Amino acid sequence: MSHADAHPDFLRHHFHTPKQQFEAGKLGMWLFLATEVLLFGGLFCGYAVWRGNHPEMFKYGSQFLETKWGAINTAVLITSSLTMAAAVTAAQRDNRRALVTLLSLTLAGALVFLGIKYIEYSHKFHEGWFPGMKFYEKPDLQHAKTWDHSKPIIGNEPFTAAAGATGQASQSAAPTRGGPEAEPSTVALAAIGPAGLRPGALEPPQPAHDDHAEAHTTHPLQDPQRPRNAHMFFNIYFMMTGLHGLHVLGGVLLLSWLIIGAVKGRFSAQYFTPVDLGGLYWHVVDLIWIFLFPLFYLI
Amino acid sequence: MTTNEVTTPIESEPARETNYLNATTGIMSWLGTLDHKRIGVMYLVSVLMSFFVAGLFAMVIRIELMWPGETIIDQDTYNQMFTLHGAIMVFLVLIPSVPASLGNFVLPIMLGAKDVAFPRLNLFSYYLWVTGAVMAVAAILFGGVDTGWTFYVPYSTTGVDDRGAMDGVFFLTMAVFVLGFSSIFTGLNFIVTIHRLRPPGMTWFKMPLFLWAIYATGILQVMATPVIGITVLLLAVERTVGIGIFDPSLGGDPILFQHFFWFYSHPAVYIMILPPMGIISELISVHSHKHIFGYRFIAFSSVAIAIFSFLVWGHHMFVSSQSPLLNVVFSAITFSVAIPSAVKVFNWLATLYKGSISLNTPMLYALSFIFLFTIAGLTGLPLAVIATDIHLHDTYFVVAHFHYTMMGGALTGMLGGIHHWWPKITGRMYSEVWGRIACGLVFVGFNVTFFTQFVLGSLGMPRRYHDYSGPGWAQETTDLFHSLHFVSTMGSFIMALGFFLTAGYLIHSLFRGRRAPANPWGGRSLEWQCPSPPPVYNFAEPPHVGDCYDFSVLEWDEQEQGYHWRRDLAHDAGEA
Amino acid sequence: MTTESPDNPPSSHGVGHIVPIKTLVATGLALLVFTLITVWAAKIDLGDLNIWIALAIAALKATLVVLFFMHLRYDRPFNGIIFVTSLAFVALFISFALTDTKEYAPDVDTGNAPRVVEALDELQQ
Ligand code: HEM
Ligand SMILES: [Cu+2]
Repeated sequence: MSHADAHPDFLRHHFHTPKQQFEAGKLGMWLFLATEVLLFGGLFCGYAVWRGNHPEMFKYGSQFLETKWGAINTAVLITSSLTMAAAVTAAQRDNRRALVTLLSLTLAGALVFLGIKYIEYSHKFHEGWFPGMKFYEKPDLQHAKTWDHSKPIIGNEPFTAAAGATGQASQSAAPTRGGPEAEPSTVALAAIGPAGLRPGALEPPQPAHDDHAEAHTTHPLQDPQRPRNAHMFFNIYFMMTGLHGLHVLGGVLLLSWLIIGAVKGRFSAQYFTPVDLGGLYWHVVDLIWIFLFPLFYLI
Repeated sequence: MTTNEVTTPIESEPARETNYLNATTGIMSWLGTLDHKRIGVMYLVSVLMSFFVAGLFAMVIRIELMWPGETIIDQDTYNQMFTLHGAIMVFLVLIPSVPASLGNFVLPIMLGAKDVAFPRLNLFSYYLWVTGAVMAVAAILFGGVDTGWTFYVPYSTTGVDDRGAMDGVFFLTMAVFVLGFSSIFTGLNFIVTIHRLRPPGMTWFKMPLFLWAIYATGILQVMATPVIGITVLLLAVERTVGIGIFDPSLGGDPILFQHFFWFYSHPAVYIMILPPMGIISELISVHSHKHIFGYRFIAFSSVAIAIFSFLVWGHHMFVSSQSPLLNVVFSAITFSVAIPSAVKVFNWLATLYKGSISLNTPMLYALSFIFLFTIAGLTGLPLAVIATDIHLHDTYFVVAHFHYTMMGGALTGMLGGIHHWWPKITGRMYSEVWGRIACGLVFVGFNVTFFTQFVLGSLGMPRRYHDYSGPGWAQETTDLFHSLHFVSTMGSFIMALGFFLTAGYLIHSLFRGRRAPANPWGGRSLEWQCPSPPPVYNFAEPPHVGDCYDFSVLEWDEQEQGYHWRRDLAHDAGEA
Repeated sequence: MTTESPDNPPSSHGVGHIVPIKTLVATGLALLVFTLITVWAAKIDLGDLNIWIALAIAALKATLVVLFFMHLRYDRPFNGIIFVTSLAFVALFISFALTDTKEYAPDVDTGNAPRVVEALDELQQ
């Protein structure tokens, strides 16, 4: 029997050989990565559905994102992926100093990425772009709750950008059908649903700070070019980049833990499974960003 | 490889040897255990407790419906009752039921491994389950949930409280998220275990069919569950922050929500049914002492079901305003799923044919599974036909259909499995007489309860109504529905009696039961080669793997009241 | 013993394939170049084609990452199968959901779905 002898410390009792343990870990990680792909897959599906049906809202929304930051972040993530891959090679070659350095560089990449994301987000929040609020006012749900048959609240009136700009639509408590035909490129509110707009809903909220000289001086709600439901772009943008950002944050924790292990000399050419698996995770985070970048910034 | 002695059935057992139950003691030795057997037992206990709670909700629903008008609860409470009943039964009971409890216990032993591939991840999954359960309780405390287990938008984006509130719906959706990951990690663990921890000689086609079923389930758990994760995450964000991807009042698309939900939830029904199907394959073969018929067909049909089940989710959306094009496509594919299910049924019947059938409690459950699941599958077909589904959708016909699958199928299979492996898990025999009586009660009660509901549904009784009288209801209709609902509720009382009886004699057996021999039924798979209950690491040496459905090498030992290796055979005889 | 059986004789060395640093750096550089290309390509207005070009480049980059950074080129094929399967399921999900929404979206968008019109007429009486 071979399993009794040569049982190094890192080898857990229910495995026979280090190879078996390594490959089990690897298979497990790949399965986990498949779940990550499907988790994001749902969001990509949301993206495809909204963009497929309403390309105009994406064209419009993406001009509010800055390609510069997106591109820099892509480069940062790719570089950190490279250092991560190199770290695995260093571990396999028993090069502890290189391992620690490369892992630290990877961690630095993750932090820079988060920093840039922070700049981008806070810029957006600062201007009040938080999930599309500036593009959309919540309808009066209180009103919607009490279904009053004398006052139809089905808001299917195709409401044009022009009406939105002048705030006329907000006056009509009882939308009627047969309004002006929607332009092909505009998107009406959902046909069914408590979509009555509360009076004053379309008046732009006051920006918190006006001292910012901005590229877009008109408020989007007054912008005649604004397609209906443009807020959907930002909803999807924040959900996808937000979930991705959480994964980067997870990567930061993971990398820190790996660095501690590497400094303590826990990894070697015989046992580098955690580095390898952490690397796989980190590359998938990179992979997802590789798709997010063109889908949001380069439209 | 050395050929040491096979772990043969023990001749006689004077004092109980060290086993996984008595090796260490104290509550902490359980809560922190990495032993797959103990984790399996903890799951079993937890799942059964949830089953009890959700069962109580079901009884409240049934009593409310016994008489027309408001009987014991108002409509809002009623809505919460069926929501909690459904959500707990699905997410806390049936999804983890067989794989996480019985699967955890027997999978590594059947495989001949010492443990699952990632024991710590296994324990972590269990605590994720506990977290999910706690969050479900929080959902009840924070105002309850009345959306139905399907969380359809806009029920789930409007409703009990205003947006922004951390209310019941929020907690329940997050509970589903956490439970989803519990299920994912279980499935992942099992797939890796089956791939990487098979001992020499245990090839794919020597594995017991239960393991094939668990493997196919693992594929579903890993590939489908993340989608419900993202769905409920979006829903929670939608409800708290008000992003509008699904919510029509924010310009979102509620049909898209149904696509998201059913992309997971149809495969999820197979997560519930595949492992019990695997159990049935074992039970039928072992208790009729006959080699399983069509091993490869059964094995591949599990995998085929797993893959097909990803292609049919739209059959839940025929009347949702899903486009006619997709309706037709989904309807057509749905029929094809019935094929691999039928393949299994026919192979089980062929196994029974000319077998020497012992009508033990597990076998009775297996037979009732075949009967009930056949009804379930056949009633799925009219639901898959668009024209008939327009009439039957959201009626009690659907309720009856899925109770035949989930209760008559999944739960019956699990009960069969619990009885089959009870001696192995606890080391005690339960009372066979009471077991048969209880099984009969459950079977009769079940059919009275739910067959009536097929009738109710085809007569037009809608599901999720707390009342069927008053304006808009003809008096004859109310009277007719009243009598049918009354019968149905009576059936559920019979069923409840059967369950209480089962709980009674099983608990009794823990203290008073006869000591179980290593192999009480004459099983050939590896778990019957180690003592009951098994030792901590299952096998001291890698066990010998043979054809796990070849029962000719076993013989009955009167004194031991169990089976053991035929004495006239050398130990390796019969090994393929 | 089948090839699948994991219990090969123990070896203290040689778990996993070592990818030389040179290969990794080349991959990384290729990825950066492709990033530049995709930014540049987005500046040219090609109408509907733009998104497909961007996606094609992203897919190419993803392939490089998976094959070299993630060692899939040297790994057991089964790990690759898992990954590709997950992508296939995402594709399946997206294509069905998109087909469906494409079919019904026009009704919703103009707010003139026949049933809604009927319902509104009723309400307005
Ligand atoms: C032979 C195979 C089956 C077919 C053809 C089939 C078909 C269907 C169809 C078409 C529906 C939608 C009915 C409607 O809402 O109008 C449905 C509902 C359902 N089925 Fe099945 N089914 C099959 C097997 C199963 C199995 C094995 C399970 C579970 C273990 C299951 C669980 C369910 C559930 C839970 C629902 C209702 C969900 C809800 O609306 O709350 N089915 N089935
Ligand atoms: Cu289904």
